[in-house]
Amino acid sequence: MENSLTGSINLTEGRKAVIIIENLSKQFGNHKVLVNLNLTVFEEENVVILGKSGCGKSVLIKCIIGLIKPQRGHIFVTGTDITSIKYDKMDQMRTKIGFLFQSNAIYDSMTVRENLEFPLRRNRVNISQDQINKLVCEALENVGLLHTIDMMPSELSGGMLKRIALARIIILKPKIILYDEPTSGLDPVTAAEIENLILELKKKYHTTSIIISHDMNCVKKTADRVILLLDGSCYAAGTYADFQNSNDINIKQFFQ
Amino acid sequence: MKLTMTVLQFLEDTGNLSRFTARYFAIGFRKPFETRELFRQCYNIGYKSFTLVSLTSLIIGLVLTMQLRPSLVKYGVESRLPIMVGIAIIREIGPVVAALIFAGKIASSIGAELGSMKVTEQIDAMEVSGTNPFKYLVATRVLACTIMLPILIVMADAIALVGAFIGINIQGVTSLRLFFSEIFNSLELTDILPSYIKTYFFGFVIGIVGAYKGYNAVKGTRGVGNAANSAVVLASVLIFIIDLLAVQITEILGLN
Repeated sequence: MENSLTGSINLTEGRKAVIIIENLSKQFGNHKVLVNLNLTVFEEENVVILGKSGCGKSVLIKCIIGLIKPQRGHIFVTGTDITSIKYDKMDQMRTKIGFLFQSNAIYDSMTVRENLEFPLRRNRVNISQDQINKLVCEALENVGLLHTIDMMPSELSGGMLKRIALARIIILKPKIILYDEPTSGLDPVTAAEIENLILELKKKYHTTSIIISHDMNCVKKTADRVILLLDGSCYAAGTYADFQNSNDINIKQFFQ
Repeated sequence: MKLTMTVLQFLEDTGNLSRFTARYFAIGFRKPFETRELFRQCYNIGYKSFTLVSLTSLIIGLVLTMQLRPSLVKYGVESRLPIMVGIAIIREIGPVVAALIFAGKIASSIGAELGSMKVTEQIDAMEVSGTNPFKYLVATRVLACTIMLPILIVMADAIALVGAFIGINIQGVTSLRLFFSEIFNSLELTDILPSYIKTYFFGFVIGIVGAYKGYNAVKGTRGVGNAANSAVVLASVLIFIIDLLAVQITEILGLN
């Protein structure tokens, strides 16, 4: 049963729902990861999902992008139920959704330029080379890494790779971005840069985001709404301040 | 108990490989074709294997001739050496040795490349960017192997015959014209055709096994090593099984 903390209602009033998750369940073998999970994410909202390791946060966003098939439930993304659409339709849907992997998942045999060109060439059939160059440079400028354009991923630091991964996402100008632990493994300065980028992208491209994070600084800075996942379902929802002031033992342990 | 587990594991692997192969035929030839990537793979897989396959074929032709000569001299049929070496190379040794060398180089390379992409989530990244990774990565590589190996084997056979000619001339004197006219006068279509047809199956098996092992790699870097290693082992065993079946089929059809 979801525990709506004070203040959370005002955040969502009058906004259009972009992602609606209904009774989502997923189990691996006998291990139940998601149990009848319900969640609605609204237009231009940053929702941060908090939870212990292994509680199903990454599984949830992988279900949203269609990398994992749930056993039960529905996921409506901009009105389309992605649990029942065919592979080709799903590919089209994926161009509207960006996914930042925890491991960055940069194609290590391609240069930075080729990494950014890849989704463009695949999804914009009639695009010219000049347009590709322009979009690649624009995306790299947005993340402040234009000088790395002809470098190989092996020549870049962890923070730079994260920003390149982000540039590869925004090049398709998605409506929704899913971030899987965007600041994990980064030093506080670089983590702050990534948090700023998340906010800048939201402002510039009006994106809706779901951010998985354990990093409370990231949660504080980026969240419009925080959801606590416990035992495979939404345990609590509210603003960062609501969570900080809560006396619930399951919430308090994240602030210690 | 251990034997039962091994048998079950073998049956599971066989089932999974069959399903993977069925998926290749179901998805691999659907439009739009990955023509650009297919040509890139043909270059990487075929052209870049030419030197290795040529060198080993030259040596095989040379050594085979030098090893056979004493026995033929003993029975007074030294003059039959070109015919014997020619038929042995074209019907059996040329295709099998070239396929084994090709398996060692290409099955391991495909297994390691796709395995590494799998464990670093690059295949997932490709999928979320709206590209069908099976079609882009698997179908192109398997088709490139199926196309390029028969071409390589025709060239390898020719080079092995040149090796045999050198071998004959080390301990005797035969003109190039006489050598090749003796071989081609004794060869029939039934010597060439079955051995050429089986090379397509060799190429297909090398590609599909390498891709299957890599695409299903698990357990991090150890999984990548296992994928490369088991791809070579399984592809090599399957080459011998196909060779055995090809001999049986040509026997049944009366082509021997």
